[in-house]
Amino acid sequence: MNVGLPHFLTVSAALFALGMFAVMSRRNAIGILMGVELMLNAANINFVAFSRYVQHGIDGQIMAAFVIVLAAAEAAVALAIVLAMFRNFGTVHADSVQSLKR
Amino acid sequence: MTGDLVFILLALLTIVPAIWVVFSPNIVHAGFALLFTLFGAAGLYAYMGADFIAVTQMMVYIGGVLVLVLFTVMMTRVPQGKRANYGLDRYVPAAVFALAVFGLLYKTITSVDWGASYTEPVPTVAEIGTNFMTNYIFPFEYVSLVLLAAMIGAAILIREQKPSQGASDQGEIDQEETEVPS
Repeated sequence: MNVGLPHFLTVSAALFALGMFAVMSRRNAIGILMGVELMLNAANINFVAFSRYVQHGIDGQIMAAFVIVLAAAEAAVALAIVLAMFRNFGTVHADSVQSLKR
Repeated sequence: MTGDLVFILLALLTIVPAIWVVFSPNIVHAGFALLFTLFGAAGLYAYMGADFIAVTQMMVYIGGVLVLVLFTVMMTRVPQGKRANYGLDRYVPAAVFALAVFGLLYKTITSVDWGASYTEPVPTVAEIGTNFMTNYIFPFEYVSLVLLAAMIGAAILIREQKPSQGASDQGEIDQEETEVPS
């Protein structure tokens, strides 16, 4: 076996499918957020793999750095929303929260 | 040969805890499994010669995002008395859809000729820094603005609300403004 682009893409596809499954099946809002993190990591692995094996440049890695920064911002805002949701509704289950205000 | 072994170990380190993240009924266990998945992804970046991205992944994801996630998990523990019914009504469609997406991606990966070739890895930190300050200066500044806005938004969302809301809202703002010069 010679490790190349398809192997990384396969790992990334598995990670993306798992993240998508978590987003669709989890009830806990934090679990949904973890699924989103998995999907963003899958996208990042793809960016770096294509930059390494196809483009032979640096642009994909810079895009991966931007994705990491935006994931951090997304996590901060989403977890703040989860905490506000817990304070107002007393639950973190996404199914049981159906209104935008108390 | 050693490289292949390292890749297999890193891929397992990425995928196996990810399965645990997805299926664990305990959200705290899922959070700690996410730690290993992110670590494995950082290892994959390092394997691909992306040293800067690997270090950034460890610092931002493992040091920042994961701590935030675990912090929120600990803050929002609900009593585990009533078990939600884990019916198949939401697992089956999700599994079917996720498997379909994986099958489609795998078929695309194996059938397309990507024109991949191997080159020796080079250190990337200096080049990434130069690019951030030249070619990517506008996205760099823009993403810092986004991060600032997200931080302010999170702080406002998380702020403790006073019980007597509404009537004293305007008064509070005025008071804060008058306190600033003194």
